[in-house]
Amino acid sequence: MHPAPRAGGQTRDSRDGKGIGSTTGSGICHAYAPDGRCISLLKILMTNFCIYDCAYCVNRVSSNVTRARFTPEEVVTLTLEFYRRNYIEGLFLSSGIIRSPDETMSDMVRIARMLRTEHHFRGYIHLKTIPDAAPELIAEAGLYADRLSINVELPTDRAVKDYAPEKDPAQIRRAMADVRLKREAGKERSFSGKRPPRFAPAGQSTQMIVGADGADDTTILRTSTRLYSGYKLRRVYYSAFSPIPDASAALPLIKPPLMREHRLYQADWLLRFYGFDVEEIASATRGGHLDLEVDPKLAWALANRHLFPLDVNRAEREMLLRVPGLGTKTVARILTTRRHRTLRYDDLRRMGANLKQAKPFITLLDWRPRALSDAADLRARFAPPPEQLSLF
Amino acid sequence: MRRVTLPEIGTFEAWRDEARALLGAGIPPEEVLWQRGPGADDLFTTDPPQITGGPTTVPRGFVDLARLVVCHSDPERFARLYALLWALRDDRRLLEDRGDPRVGKLARMAKEVSRDRHKMTAFVRFRELEAPGTDRRRFAAWFEPSHHILELTAPFFVKRFGDMDWAIFTPDLSAHFEDGALRFTPGAPRPDLPQDATEDLWRTYFRNIFNPARLKPKAMQAEMPKKYWHNMPETQLIPELIATAETRARQMAEAAPTLAPTRAGTISARLRLPTTGMPEDVGDLTAALAGCRRCPLWQDATQPVPGEGPLDARLMIVGEQPGDREDLEGRPFVGPAGQLFDSVAQRVGLDRDATYVTNAVKHFKFTPRGKRRLHQAPNSGEIRHCRWWLDLERSRVKPQLILAMGATALESLTGDRRGLMARRGGIERTEDGTPVLVTLHPSYLLRIPAAERAAAEALFEADLRLAVRELAALAERPDR
Repeated sequence: MHPAPRAGGQTRDSRDGKGIGSTTGSGICHAYAPDGRCISLLKILMTNFCIYDCAYCVNRVSSNVTRARFTPEEVVTLTLEFYRRNYIEGLFLSSGIIRSPDETMSDMVRIARMLRTEHHFRGYIHLKTIPDAAPELIAEAGLYADRLSINVELPTDRAVKDYAPEKDPAQIRRAMADVRLKREAGKERSFSGKRPPRFAPAGQSTQMIVGADGADDTTILRTSTRLYSGYKLRRVYYSAFSPIPDASAALPLIKPPLMREHRLYQADWLLRFYGFDVEEIASATRGGHLDLEVDPKLAWALANRHLFPLDVNRAEREMLLRVPGLGTKTVARILTTRRHRTLRYDDLRRMGANLKQAKPFITLLDWRPRALSDAADLRARFAPPPEQLSLF
Repeated sequence: MRRVTLPEIGTFEAWRDEARALLGAGIPPEEVLWQRGPGADDLFTTDPPQITGGPTTVPRGFVDLARLVVCHSDPERFARLYALLWALRDDRRLLEDRGDPRVGKLARMAKEVSRDRHKMTAFVRFRELEAPGTDRRRFAAWFEPSHHILELTAPFFVKRFGDMDWAIFTPDLSAHFEDGALRFTPGAPRPDLPQDATEDLWRTYFRNIFNPARLKPKAMQAEMPKKYWHNMPETQLIPELIATAETRARQMAEAAPTLAPTRAGTISARLRLPTTGMPEDVGDLTAALAGCRRCPLWQDATQPVPGEGPLDARLMIVGEQPGDREDLEGRPFVGPAGQLFDSVAQRVGLDRDATYVTNAVKHFKFTPRGKRRLHQAPNSGEIRHCRWWLDLERSRVKPQLILAMGATALESLTGDRRGLMARRGGIERTEDGTPVLVTLHPSYLLRIPAAERAAAEALFEADLRLAVRELAALAERPDR
């Protein structure tokens, strides 16, 4: 009933009647588009004029897309009017680069400042930070925004140089390091016990385009691991390279690799919540790519069958988390319940386990997979029939 | 058989009070018939049983569970809850047993209510009403939840929309928030709400945020079931968006690349000023280091960390490599080891501001482990490659004395890393004859067990004192 606040996130509300908005710590998807994606924030560009020439982007300087620009006041009004009708959780503001990074960033900061100080907006603000902008502007952005993000754009420095020639990967890294340092400084009390203003309380995130360059999944996941460990990112978002109007000749369009994107998210989850090391996931890939037919946890288990079957009534949490079909919640329920009694097959079903996946890998009081976990065709039982693959 | 009728407003509190009384009176579940209905207060005929015994205590989780389950539309919900409450008397740990069918069923019901509640916070759509004679704006919405969740969910809207008046009408109950006060009234038929022009803007946004190349209507419907659609202004666009998606995606793919507008060439030419890999002028050490590709360590690091300090410093301190903190800040010796060094240096009267502080290797070498980066010692190849930079720094600073902290610095400066403990406290020479005082790396002091630390720190402190004495002695010699 009370969803746990995102660690480090803030909860705010407007019960004082002097403003509008609240954040609960976990975002709400107010609508879904027919592409299946959640619409939570008003996600707009301040302008789509841009002086950069990133090959994957519809708004690159060399594209003939129609250009437009919002005034800061228009963005503020649109955000507030949508918010009052409960269409959105807040604003996700990004922009093409006009004239200079500093001028663009200062307009974005102005929008956030107007929302917070003039309109007492307490909803969520996410600012896409321009890495080349002056540190003072980033410092001010962090005071108004819940989250800052800086896009790494592509998995390798080489690919950024090739497809986003005006962007500097080293500068992007320094900007992320700077956000981490500012966030940590915002958590420390001074000698007088005063706490400085919170800096981007919902942390920082980034986005990486998948499938535009030749990087394989292992490379992508290693990059993510480096970002999570180095800059304490909350999320790395993977975005399948998708057709754009007026595409660049430098980057031919492909069908967006949606299944690949999905598998990367699954692998990312294993890294963050299931105790997997990136090299373990890499060891179960084929030529550096995640198996598209089975999820990465199942792929790992199939490649490490000597560790199974696992006795659900005795196994450690770390190992239970590695059983295909058992999620973090189910594992928590198993651990609570088995303190009192020995578990049976039906117990696991009631606890929400996906037994179709799990059963070859576990033993219970009344369940033993026998030869199942050794069967040579085990993978084939999980992989979909080949014709379904053409969907992706 | 007892019949208990619960009110439509305040249902949970009423159920809790009744259940507590029945339990206290020892009345078993099979003797109670529960129902919820309008005017329950009037229909209430049976006097509540007298509470006997002490106050009932239940596991904390039960109250949270009951608060949700009471909102479920299943007519059996009150009886199921009371049955579990009854069973909890004998087995207080029953609630922790997620394999128990009774607990499992109620947990599923609670989850259904939670989901419905969450969807309500997401899918309610307000329309603006006229508000003559008040400075608070007025909004209203009609919503049809699957369960009786308005009372449970209204506080969410109270917190979110504090500066406006609003009403949410549902078939079951209505909520009104006026001048900061929330009240509930019985359900009403769907009201006729006025058109709201902002809905057109919202539809424009919905239409444009959709990517036709990623059509996945099933994923959309799983999260936004059709039963909610008729109260959401944007959903009327969905059939058309789905129908035209494939054509739009194909047109994007088939469109021939266009010629760039003429201004593009001018702008790009201005931005893409020539960049060189390795600048000729190494006056700006930071800029020069940024282009270093002598070894692969640059790939995972944030930035190179050049030395820092006056170029006429008499003492140069060489450490191993930047750590996590140094890598983020781009400055040497600012992390925990740097702080330890500073405190010992202060004790022995060594002025860090007058020394040039640097590292044998300029990029941070690490392995990511979960959310942390674990330091890894640089190998001989990396030390050799990076020596080019250390030599450059030495030739610019020309220190009278170098303090080598740890085996990596020792290897870089003397070519031999072996036997650090035996060599510490001694003075050796670089190839060009500069004296090198050998000592431990302060991060070593942070790594060893606490019991050994004081002794090691004393050695480190002695070495730093020696450095101070040696500098003083060198200053008195005329030949430098």
